[in-house]
Formats: sequence, structure tokens, C-alpha cells
Amino acid sequence: MPSAPVAEVTHRLAMRARWGPLEYVFWLAALASVFLLPGRHLILTEIAWLALFALSLDLILGYAGIISLGHAAFFGLGSYLAALMAKHAIISEPVLALLVSGLGAAILGFATSFLVLRGSDLTRLMVTLGVALIMREIANQIPEITGGADGLQGVTVAPILGLFEFDIFGHVAYAYCLTVLFVLFLLARRVVYSPFGLSLRAVKGNPLRASAISISVNARLVAIYTFAAFYAGIAGALLAQTTAFASLDVFSFERSADLLLVLIIGGTGYLYGGLIGAVIFKLMQDWIANLTPQYWQFWIGLVLVLIVLVGRERIGAWTSAARALAEPVTRRFARGPMAAASGEGLPGEGR
Amino acid sequence: MPVVLETVGLEKHFGGIAAVAGVSLKIEKGARHALIGPNGAGKTTVVNLLTGVLKPSSGRILLEGEDITSLEAYKRVQRGLARTFQINQLFLDLTPLETVGLAISERMGSGAQWWRLVGTNPVVVEEIVEILGRFHLTDVMYERTGNLPYGKQRLLEIALAIACRPRVLLLDEPAAGVPEDERHEILATVAALPADVSVLLIEHDMDIVFSFADRISVLVNGALFVDGAPEEVARDPRVKAVYLGESLNA
Repeated sequence: MPSAPVAEVTHRLAMRARWGPLEYVFWLAALASVFLLPGRHLILTEIAWLALFALSLDLILGYAGIISLGHAAFFGLGSYLAALMAKHAIISEPVLALLVSGLGAAILGFATSFLVLRGSDLTRLMVTLGVALIMREIANQIPEITGGADGLQGVTVAPILGLFEFDIFGHVAYAYCLTVLFVLFLLARRVVYSPFGLSLRAVKGNPLRASAISISVNARLVAIYTFAAFYAGIAGALLAQTTAFASLDVFSFERSADLLLVLIIGGTGYLYGGLIGAVIFKLMQDWIANLTPQYWQFWIGLVLVLIVLVGRERIGAWTSAARALAEPVTRRFARGPMAAASGEGLPGEGR
Repeated sequence: MPVVLETVGLEKHFGGIAAVAGVSLKIEKGARHALIGPNGAGKTTVVNLLTGVLKPSSGRILLEGEDITSLEAYKRVQRGLARTFQINQLFLDLTPLETVGLAISERMGSGAQWWRLVGTNPVVVEEIVEILGRFHLTDVMYERTGNLPYGKQRLLEIALAIACRPRVLLLDEPAAGVPEDERHEILATVAALPADVSVLLIEHDMDIVFSFADRISVLVNGALFVDGAPEEVARDPRVKAVYLGESLNA
């Protein structure tokens, strides 16, 4: 049997990480929304930080198989750190403060990652939930720093890079959040298509075999958990900076649970799940809340039940149907015969 | 011949039951060593102890003279002790290409790199292509592992272990469950393993054992029963009584 030419294999491996046409469409649409939907920038800002938050959860759930009901712990810490730094002018410049908030959340992520290394999904759900509850209670118990149940008032956020001042219409805020989302998305995309990212999928798929090919399973899980906490912290900091406020609900159970819902709507393990999920979730919430202000949670709940029934095989399975529908389109626009033959380069290819 | 892998008084208790009871085994460099025994004799438990999946209740494991008894599983692989599994343990959602690439990257210490893309290291790619070719996996390398025929999955099991470049290789029933017409491919692959790799083969099929092994250890009820050259073991009346008797009953 002739061995495959190294060049062809190299090419095929390079195709894994190639940008698919739908990815361009997605980001061009996001860019267009900055200019074409100025009246919707407030909700789009919320979508952007929620998307980043969901991307963070996807990194641990979709790629490493760590389920969490307490991701708000990192989001909330990032949120308070950013608000406190702005309020007390410790670090006034928002971008720098954003990074520091993310790093703070990453430290918490690293410290608590050891709790999620072992155990079943159920243990992980409980442990992560517990960590978020503890964080909330800590914030509640130190009102002199956090403002307690009243929230942290009197935060003023300085202009971004000293140039762009936040406006009440959310134009600057949206451009800012979208830029941060895009940059961190690019980084995440790089990471998941790296040997490290591939090893995460191996660890998720079969930890026994992963350690049998000398992958240090625990070290990889600690690394991605810490990395994801960094992302969640930045998402929380974006919320604090764009609203100039932080309150205890940044740590709330509902926030973690909604996040899981966002990711279930969008699907896990192809990076866009959290982004698409955030768009659908926020728009649905907004639309239903306008229709029936009192009962919107009923409809959200109904949608959740339907989603789980449709995709009962696994979380996110339902989006594979949508992607299967999109595949012929992608193939048509894909460059080169190789892509047309295999359908690679799809955003969902990583699954 | 120097001993590469040795166990000293290895024991493993599950509750009150001794699955492995005082096994002292020596595997010589370059050996083709078979570990046989009736069902439930503790063969796979021995492999799990050797590879660090289970911790022994007592006893020691020495790899090239160094005590690895409390070493984590993944570190033993780095030291040159690789295995295959009796029941396939593969990454069903990955392709054979990705799977073998992972093992090679890990061995080269580049498995945790996050800043470069998969497939951008030509040394890794060349070795992937070579190994996939050697194990007859070239034509299925882009397919999802979970969709491969069983025989190909068994080959990938062995290819993965070889990609770790082991000095000692533990093969846990490599041909188990493989249909007759695909068996020869696997057995030929096992026979063609590099001579300097010491192999411990766990096997039920006596034809495979006697065509492959230059030394045989018989495990019965968790203890080593007989240990010797194939002809000695074949002649031993106690082995016939225990082993063949068991086979006839089964």
C-alpha cells in the first residue's frame, strides 16, 4: 500500500483550521451591525459579553467535557474587579483593567480547578455551583468593599485607551465589546486547533486512553479551566465597564444556569455555539419580554424543554441538523476540490 | 539478558478478594513474553497495575531498575511503557490521523503547545504517515475512528502504542473479537514489532501464544503458576490440568 504523501496530509491538517465561508459571513454580519443597527447597540452589547461568557463555558464543556453550573464565579469576580478598579481609579484605563480582571478570575479558576479534576458530571455541577455561591456570599459579607446587596455604586469608567468615551447610546460600548470578543475568539480558535486543543478533545473523549499515550490529563484540565476562567472574568468586566455598575447578581445561580442554556441553544464544541446561542437567547428574551412581560420565563422554559427533546442524544446535537443543512452551501463556496469533497473548513468541523 | 520490567510480590485486593496475589515477574530485554491463564486469573489486573491504572495493594514494579510503583500512568508511558487495551479505548470522534499525531506530539513533548496549529511540524507529520502506513491505516486516516471497522480499530490500538515508542509494550489480547479474515493482518503486525521492544502479550488463543512467545508465564487465581520456555510450559502436566481443564469446561 503506498503511503500517503506527507504534503497531502500536511495540507489536510492545515484545512482543519481554515476559515470556512460561514465564519466570514458571521463576523461580517457582526461588523455590519455596528454601522447598520445603531438603535440596537444596547442589546447588542449585552449579546457580545454574553457571547464571550458562553465561549468561555464552551472551552471547558465543549472541548474538555467539564460541565459547570457555577461559571458565574469567574464572571462575577471579573465584574467586581473591573468595577472596583474603575471606582477607586486603581487602574483607570479600561483595556488594562479588563486584562487585570481576567487575570484575577484566572487565578480563582486555577485555584478551584483542582476541585473539578475528579468525579462525575454531578459532582462537578455541585462543586462549581458551590464555588459560585461562596463567591456571592463573600461579596455579600464585605459591603464596605462591594457595596453588598445595594451593589457597587458610583463607578465611572474612563475613556478606552484615553480616547473613546462611553456614551449613553452604547455605540462605543458595543464596538468595544465586539472588538474584545473578536480578539479573544481568534485566540480561542488558535488554541482549539493547536496540539493542546486536540489533546483536550482526546481527554474529553477517553481520559484512560489519553493518559495511556502520556497525556497528563489533570494538567490539561487545569490549564483549560484557568484559561476559560480568564475569558469569563473578562466577560464580567465588560458588563461592569459598559454599565458602570456591579451587583451581587453577577454571581447568581440564574446567571450560570442561563449560560448553560445559551450554550445548549447554540451547541457545544465548535466555538460558535456560545456566540449564536447568545444572539438567539437575548433576542428571544427581548422579543418574548415585549410580548408578555410577566410570562417570558415560561416561554424560555418551554423552548428549553423543546431543545432538549429535539437533541436528546447529547447537548448541542440539535445544531448539527442546522449545520448539516448549511453544509451544501458551505461546500459550494469552499475553495478547492479538497474542501468540496470533505466539507472541511466548516465551523462545525471540529466536532 | 537484562531485565527491563520486573514485579516484586505484586498484590491487588478488591475488598476481600485477592485478584493478584504475590506476582513476581521478570521480562527480559527484547523478550516475547506471554502471560496466559484462564478467565478471571487476573491477567488484565496485572496489566492495569503495571501501567498505573490501578494502584497495587502491595509489592513493587521496576522499569529498567527504577521503582515506578507510585508513578502516575502518563509518566510511565513517558518512561517507555506503553500498552494496548483488551477492549478498544480510542478517541471515537477523532480521525486515526489526529489520534496518532497526538501520541507522537506527546512523545516529542510538543503536545501542550497552544500557539502553533496541528500539522505544522513536518517531523510529526512524516512519522504519522509512516506509522499509519505500517499499520495499514492510510486509506482510512481521514475517517472518524468510531466509524472504522473493528479490525482497523484494533490496528489503531497497536499503532497508538507504537507511536509512543515504547521499550516495553503490553499487548492485552490484540486479536480479541477480530473476525477470522482480519486476524492475519493484526498477527502479522504483532510479529513485525521491532525486535528491541520487549513485549508482554496477554492472550487466550494458544495458537497465537505458541507461535509468538519465547517465554510463557501462567497465571491462575492471581498467582504465577508456571514460568518458563514454551516447550516446558506445554509439557507441564499441571498447566494441562488447570488450563486445558478450564478450557474444556468453558
